[in-house]
Amino acid sequence: MVRQGEPIFGPLDFDLHAGEVLLIEGGNGSGKTTLLRVLAGLLSASEGRIERNGVVSEDLTTPVGFLSHALGLRADLSPIEQLDFFACLYGLRPGISAMGALKSVGLDGFEHMPVRRLSAGQRKRCALAALLHTANTLWLLDEPYANLDRDGQILVDRLLEAHIARGGAALITSHGLIEPTVSRVRRMRMELAHA
Amino acid sequence: MNGFLVWLNSFGSPEKFHRVALRFEPWLLGLALLVGAVGLYLGLVKAPADYLQGESARIMYIHIPAAWMSLFIYGFMAFSGFCALVWRFKVAELMAMAAAPIGAGFTAVTLITGSLWGRPTWGTYWVWDARLTSELVLLFLFFGVIGLYNAIEDQRKGARAASLLALIGLVNLPIIHFSVNWWNTLHQGNSINLFAGKSSIHPSMLWPLILMALATKFWFGASLLARTRIALIEFEAGKEWAQTALFGPRRPEA
Amino acid sequence: MRKGSVLSAFFGVMRRDALSLWRRRADALNPIWFAAIVVTLFPLALGPEAAKLARIAGGVIWVIVLLASLLSLDALFRADLEEGSLDLMLTSAQPLAVLAAAKILLHWLATGLPLLAITPIAATALGLSPKALPVLLTSLALGTPIISVIGACAAALTAGLRRAGMLLSLIVLPLVVPVLIFGAGAVEASLTGTSTTQPMLFLAAGLVASIALGPMVCAAALRLGNH
Repeated sequence: MVRQGEPIFGPLDFDLHAGEVLLIEGGNGSGKTTLLRVLAGLLSASEGRIERNGVVSEDLTTPVGFLSHALGLRADLSPIEQLDFFACLYGLRPGISAMGALKSVGLDGFEHMPVRRLSAGQRKRCALAALLHTANTLWLLDEPYANLDRDGQILVDRLLEAHIARGGAALITSHGLIEPTVSRVRRMRMELAHA
Repeated sequence: MNGFLVWLNSFGSPEKFHRVALRFEPWLLGLALLVGAVGLYLGLVKAPADYLQGESARIMYIHIPAAWMSLFIYGFMAFSGFCALVWRFKVAELMAMAAAPIGAGFTAVTLITGSLWGRPTWGTYWVWDARLTSELVLLFLFFGVIGLYNAIEDQRKGARAASLLALIGLVNLPIIHFSVNWWNTLHQGNSINLFAGKSSIHPSMLWPLILMALATKFWFGASLLARTRIALIEFEAGKEWAQTALFGPRRPEA
Repeated sequence: MRKGSVLSAFFGVMRRDALSLWRRRADALNPIWFAAIVVTLFPLALGPEAAKLARIAGGVIWVIVLLASLLSLDALFRADLEEGSLDLMLTSAQPLAVLAAAKILLHWLATGLPLLAITPIAATALGLSPKALPVLLTSLALGTPIISVIGACAAALTAGLRRAGMLLSLIVLPLVVPVLIFGAGAVEASLTGTSTTQPMLFLAAGLVASIALGPMVCAAALRLGNH
């Protein structure tokens, strides 16, 4: 994988199965975010291929739940309106309402407040609620624990646990300070590429 | 088609392109200067002066080939950009972007010679003539492509975005040309037909035109190869072939 | 309408953008103020002579509408890019052209339509002959969506650039020359008593072509910025 002619990371070979979390660890600049964007189809890899359900995915044909540092929230909209927008794009997960999803991430009482007025942690919770609210089975989460308090980190673990229990899969990145406590975690380390 | 792609792709290897370009450049440049010199001599000295417009009509030996080139280069740039977008050839990207300033240059020459010619002929430097106006819009299209390419930090991304813009412009170009012609007939008042009655051109005037048209093509070829080659070296400065191309083969470490 | 379908994605994007536009409606009105002020500047610069103003009113209004539409263009994809929701649109596997179409339609509804609405006032103020007003309005109704489409493609190409505004005008203005020529030409033709059918048909053809191709080109431009 190269950026402006500079290699970001070298060859990687891994797979991810339903019902598990794959944790990608690595320091700043090791290419975790880039890898996630490649997997999400937002960047194309300079070489190699990605298979989804055994099919080489050239283009995005199946939606994935994607959480990055930019959370994708519009500052002027309220959490409930955000969730509705996400649902329009991705489809609804059966059995959970937008209000319910916001309540389970601890945003009850903030449903109608513009995102602009929420704290960084609350915005992250809002984006997590959107993941919960929508129907994706594959989650690609970039630093899901960042900006969250202790309760928030436990919340992420709980969401991941429930997700894999439903047969979903998740790929998350971490710079290594926070350990996910989820039943089925595999790890992969990325090292800094040397030009 | 497949063979064509394979050929393009082999040409698309930066190192090979550099080697081939370096070999052709001096020839093309030499031909451009030689043919251009002969063409200019025939046009500016030997050909008879126009019986209506006098000596000033000789500027057309520069004006017309430059105008042809401006359109030709726009088309070339868009075609090269198309190859860059579809097949992602790095050389095609750089080639499209190398062509843009040359095209803008020829367009500017067309406009300047056109207005210089207009002064003795129409008594003013600028008339809103259909062709001159189309040419002016073409210049802006070139500027847009160059501006977009330079504004985007990532060189390859910039080249591809500018290539797409060049393609949009290519689709639009005939429409612009047509609309400007329509506009000119709508406002009949100041419509002057540039170079009226060119159909019965005397051979002594035709030859210099043909030679100049050839010379400008050669010049474009040489300039394009040189610009693309240098852009490639800049882009791949860290690679071994670029180092070798610039400083000669690396000696084994002592 | 089932959530997650293409149609719901289309309306979802429109609804979200309409909501955030509504919450910032003071900003959304900027193109209208701009147009109103520039209309005022023309008599101030050229003198209040009614015949002169009436003569140029059609062309002046066309140029003003064109420039006013440009004002709101550079923000078209800025929020999506900065907040990261463009990534979401891409990972949702919804056809990007459809989502782009939603954004273009909303741009026209929020800019082109209001400009169209104030045109009769501006035309009256400049003293445009009443018989040319329907022609002006029809030409604007056909032409402003084309400006939105071409503008959106250019906005997608320049999205995320620091000095996008100037570059955007440099890119858009040469491309919309035909729209301006046929639009203002139709008004001119109606004033001189010639048929306006031809320019109107060209504008209509341009509109159909831009609606068919524009969203796809716009989506391609957005993808280029991402890959």
